[in-house]
Amino acid sequence: MTKPSLLIARAALAALACLFFASTAAAGEGEGMEAANTHIDNISSLQSGARLYFNYCSGCHSLKYMRYSRIAEDLKLSDDEVLKNFAFTGAKIGEMAMSNMPEADAEKFFGKAPPDLSLEARAKGPDWIYNYLKSFYIDSTRPSGWNNTVFPNVSMPNVLWELQGVQHADYAPAKPGEDAHVEKLELASKGTLSPTQYDDAVRDLTTFLQYVGEPAALKRESMGIWVVLYLAFFTFLAYLLKHEFWKDVH
Amino acid sequence: MATAPIRIQPKNRILAWIEDRLPIQSFLATHTSEYYAPKNFNLWYYFGSLALLVLVNQIVTGIFLTMFYKPDAAQAFASVEYIMRDVDWGWLIRYMHEVGASMFFIVVYLHMFRGLMYGSYKKPRELVWLLGMLIFLALMAEAFMGYVLPWGNMSFWGAKVIISLFGAIPVVGDALVQWIMGDYVPADATLNRFFALHVIALPLVLLLLVVLHLAALHEVGSNNPDGVEIKDKKTPEGKPLDGIPFHPYYTVKDLFGVGFFLILCAFLIFFQPTLGGWFLEPDNFIPANNLVTPEHIKPVWYFTPFYAMLRMIPAKLPGVITMFVGIIALFLVPWLDRGRVKSVRYRGLGYKIGLGLFVISFVMLGAVGAGVTTEVIPQWFGANADVTTIENAFGRFWLAIYLLSFVGLWAYTYFGFEKTKPVPERVTTHD
Repeated sequence: MTKPSLLIARAALAALACLFFASTAAAGEGEGMEAANTHIDNISSLQSGARLYFNYCSGCHSLKYMRYSRIAEDLKLSDDEVLKNFAFTGAKIGEMAMSNMPEADAEKFFGKAPPDLSLEARAKGPDWIYNYLKSFYIDSTRPSGWNNTVFPNVSMPNVLWELQGVQHADYAPAKPGEDAHVEKLELASKGTLSPTQYDDAVRDLTTFLQYVGEPAALKRESMGIWVVLYLAFFTFLAYLLKHEFWKDVH
Repeated sequence: MATAPIRIQPKNRILAWIEDRLPIQSFLATHTSEYYAPKNFNLWYYFGSLALLVLVNQIVTGIFLTMFYKPDAAQAFASVEYIMRDVDWGWLIRYMHEVGASMFFIVVYLHMFRGLMYGSYKKPRELVWLLGMLIFLALMAEAFMGYVLPWGNMSFWGAKVIISLFGAIPVVGDALVQWIMGDYVPADATLNRFFALHVIALPLVLLLLVVLHLAALHEVGSNNPDGVEIKDKKTPEGKPLDGIPFHPYYTVKDLFGVGFFLILCAFLIFFQPTLGGWFLEPDNFIPANNLVTPEHIKPVWYFTPFYAMLRMIPAKLPGVITMFVGIIALFLVPWLDRGRVKSVRYRGLGYKIGLGLFVISFVMLGAVGAGVTTEVIPQWFGANADVTTIENAFGRFWLAIYLLSFVGLWAYTYFGFEKTKPVPERVTTHD
């Protein structure tokens, strides 16, 4: 191979590499978001996230693509444990984790039915969920009394307020050409968890939703290592074969 | 080069009986062990066989996906999630198909670039190039329709935008758009017919074109990095001096290339199946909703250079025409290029610069089409920067470079500006 083509080949590979790193860097959509730092292979984090999800979220939100039995299997829980602690709707173990709230009522309560959360982590990204759940504050102008800096004017109230405590907003005053906006959030009254404990709890909940978005992710990576290693070995053998055959090409 | 077909006489009586009636072994020999390819193929010559590999992957994984996928606007999205969750190994099959689609374009773009670099489109290989371009067109249609099938929100809005391009055609435009969709918006009828086209009509067209592409190639023989015709120098037995039988030499070499390529694919499938939104966009994890428009409607990365050509022109019809010209120009390359020397190794400096600018313009247009510039401009020019103006100036500049590189190629070679180097008699190197 002569120099120009080699150079171009290298440039092309470098471009591919750049594309890859740029893409992983741009994976989270919002700027200024705190990284969720979830570890989807952490079973205890998943279990604690599932507990939070079913105690605080599942009353209104469904996971219409997620079966209780799959949760039991993947989170290393028995069917009984899952039914007793998570399935408050009287569902059977093989059924989807649906909320009990009729859609018509939900629309009346909130103006819009709470969305299904099966794919929320894939559509919005784990960082978004993590930051969203930390960004509620008291706002008397809203029907629910709550507002959120990540999702302004959301109709969902802060269902985790007992754990987090209550945040107040500090407003930056309106300037010419700019409306008054929330500058930062301050914890006005404490919850049952400390801020660090609350971060961990929200991280667990985010991890659980990330898992729910793609249950296959649990085995995908651990399996991928072996596939790549096998292919590397295969490629090495193929190289030896090629080398052997090409000895007589002059 | 398949000049004269080889005739094999098997010793085994049954095989001989078959061979007399259906010369299957003779056919295989003609196209493998007796097909002579230049011995100096380099890295760039892997991408043809890799494209074939990806095509097979798409067909095989596609067959398994159709066993569970439901081409129904009410069920399509859920059926894809069913594949991802409840079907044994469904997630793997789906990711292989989805990563495979992007890999197809990566491989095909590199394969096309190879053709431009070494003049593989020149006489006598014009038809090989034209058939290749038709494959590229069919592939674009195939990929577009495949992207609609999961019926996510980007599927829906992407379909709406792309189909509406036909509305730019004077007089019949609007009627044509409705005829294609079978409804006033992309709907169940659209999804159903796209499924039919994606799983049977276009794959048949693709396979036929691939067969013709290879038949034309084997008739004239492969070009090589030196652009030397190996047929011109032969041994007393009539074999090309610089040629080696495709089998076993290039089958074992391509096997090595396949191994390397599969490592990359496996890495993507198992560790980065969405590639941070480049292969699978986050908006496509939201079901199709004709009331909620995604923040930025954009196609998958492989269409973004052409999408940028459309976006950079303010009016719809001229935009569509520009995009069309941008694609058609590639078809005309064998006749735009009047130079005699094939390989970039022996061509004038102007050709090298032109080819470089062409590639850069294609990548830059891709960045514009993918919305990279929309994100980057506020970071580089400050939050108050006029994004649209800067983006338009940037995009139109590279669009001009892209189009001018075709005109430049013609002028440079037609008016004899090119100072070429002497082409060697025989191929120079091999690995």
